[in-house]
Amino acid sequence: MSALFTHSFLIALIAGAVTAGVPLLLAGLGEQISEKAGVLNIGIEGMMLLGAYAGFVATYATGSFGLGFLSGGIGGALAALPVLVLCIRLGLNQIVIGIAVTVGMQGLTALLHYFEFSREYPRLPAAPVWVLPGLGQIPVLGKALFSHNALVYASVALVGLLIWVFRETNIGLDLEAAGQKPAALDAAGVDVLRTRGAAVLATGFLSGLGGAYLSIVGAGIFVPFMTGGAGYIGIVLAMLARGRPIWVLLGAMLFGMSLALTTALQLAGIDVPTDVVQMLPFVVVMVVLAAVARHSMLPPALGLPYARGER
Amino acid sequence: MTREELTEPDAGSAVSSGAVHRPALRALLAAVLRVLAPIALALIVGGLALELLGKDPLAYYGFVLERGLLRFGGLEETVTRMAPLLLIASGLIVAFRAGLWNLGSDGQFLLAAVTAAALAPALSGALPRALVLLIALLAGALVGALWSLLPALLKARFGLNEIITTLMMSFLGVSLSNVLIKLVLRDPSTTVPQTQSLPVEERLPRLFHTTVHSGLLIALVAVIGVHFVMTRTAFGLRLQVLGANRDAAVHAGLEVGRLIVAAFTVSAALIGLGGAVEVLGVWGTVRADWNPAYGSLVVPLVFLARLNGYAVIALTLFFSALMTGGESAARRVGVPQHYVLVLVALVLLFLALIEYLDRRRPARAQTVMGSLA
Repeated sequence: MSALFTHSFLIALIAGAVTAGVPLLLAGLGEQISEKAGVLNIGIEGMMLLGAYAGFVATYATGSFGLGFLSGGIGGALAALPVLVLCIRLGLNQIVIGIAVTVGMQGLTALLHYFEFSREYPRLPAAPVWVLPGLGQIPVLGKALFSHNALVYASVALVGLLIWVFRETNIGLDLEAAGQKPAALDAAGVDVLRTRGAAVLATGFLSGLGGAYLSIVGAGIFVPFMTGGAGYIGIVLAMLARGRPIWVLLGAMLFGMSLALTTALQLAGIDVPTDVVQMLPFVVVMVVLAAVARHSMLPPALGLPYARGER
Repeated sequence: MTREELTEPDAGSAVSSGAVHRPALRALLAAVLRVLAPIALALIVGGLALELLGKDPLAYYGFVLERGLLRFGGLEETVTRMAPLLLIASGLIVAFRAGLWNLGSDGQFLLAAVTAAALAPALSGALPRALVLLIALLAGALVGALWSLLPALLKARFGLNEIITTLMMSFLGVSLSNVLIKLVLRDPSTTVPQTQSLPVEERLPRLFHTTVHSGLLIALVAVIGVHFVMTRTAFGLRLQVLGANRDAAVHAGLEVGRLIVAAFTVSAALIGLGGAVEVLGVWGTVRADWNPAYGSLVVPLVFLARLNGYAVIALTLFFSALMTGGESAARRVGVPQHYVLVLVALVLLFLALIEYLDRRRPARAQTVMGSLA
């Protein structure tokens, strides 16, 4: 068992947890914004996929990772448009449309990938790494935590930003009101549908960004269906975090670590089938859900369309 | 509710308008139109997308139709594929009519398939064929039901959102199936990890002189049986009340918790039966990493059928043909079968839009989509 605690194992585990956790973090934060505003955005798996594909194509064509992230975010926001128009504006069922978005984007990205690349899966060069001055020189932790792509630090900074937005700003209050008591927000003179629409677009952008990170930094390639449930884990993270971004961060790291365990164990010479490790995050989710099941975790108006003057 | 329109057409509005002589026929036509319109719109928009990608949509659709329905071999394949789809659909009808989102069908299906694939070859030889098949089918249904038990109990006891829990259990079930195949049930004589194969003569008997197996009959009985139970029995009515309005169900003195567990169990058992039938009828084995992911196809299909069993049969034939033809087209026309997913998504979008337009007409109070919210 001593092999488990070598430096290379620890670095692989923690750095792998960060790499695997960042897409979950971005998706979870995005979903949190939607859920706060009362929209159960079950289509983020599809938004992540379009983001992953758009980001990959942009980076593949231009060589620029920044452009890849931007395209990924825009792709995710585009995939969120059906939710904006059909669920927020027209008040259609959020779950049905969410399923449609996910299924449609699975098909669309697989189709686009086939027409662009046929059966080839070109690989991108390694993403640029930004070693934080000072912190990056700490043994083990420097390599594990402070030698990552800039988007990793930006995502963590986003957690702080969202904490501030939710707690200190009018935007945060509006979002909360749109999910807790939309009629009150309406009475206060704020457009509920616009608030929710903005939340959904932000969700799409962040999910797409997470997808782009997954394809161009995490994997370096795009494979159809590559998100493999990451979007749903994001939804669970948002549910469990009960509106607090810091819990999304901690949850994402926990899930990231269980995903990174395979590679790290293989480095330590222990061969476990990936399927065993792939089960871990979902086992953790079910255990946590069952443990905290008693407590209501969702805003009262979640999933319900808002129409002025109804009831 | 739309399901009532299908069984008891809107006699009220016809009487008040006084102009329509055959309200039942008119309502049936309207219902058929409401099913066909989303499909037609999806085919058109999907076709435009193909055109943009540089493929001839008419040639593609023609090819799919020919290979999926018109050629005898293709038709056999299409009809064979209907068996698991129908069983999944009948399971989903039970859950959806009770207002429960069982979105975990893939995990339930696959674990049941693995169970049947493990049991049947092990028992064959020791027991008569009919008994082996019966045990394997029942075991599949049982495992499917068991896999839904945790979400069902969490929903019944604590009201925990079943969308998330069934999805999580589904991912878990898919991975667990692979683990079982690779680590426990692996047939040592094959290179690709798979369970021990059930010989063709030990599988579900075939119908007449075709390649269609008798699982299709089980599936048809299940769909029609579910439709009957849900619309004509007290148990079905209780579930419908639960689905229409949970508070009303509580006030009516129904044991809501028990009904939730019952609905989930029946739903997942039928889906599990689908997995068992697919293995015992077609493959005889389950390969590692095999996951047909029928859920993303059947969930929209069941919505489109407005939870009506007969409509499900017709739509399943259509979707099966689309899949069979789509697979041939992937090889011959160069349009990957993932295109079917795009079509399914478009069908869902147009379905929701048409329900929206329908709802704006004052006579239509509620819809399937509305009651499931």
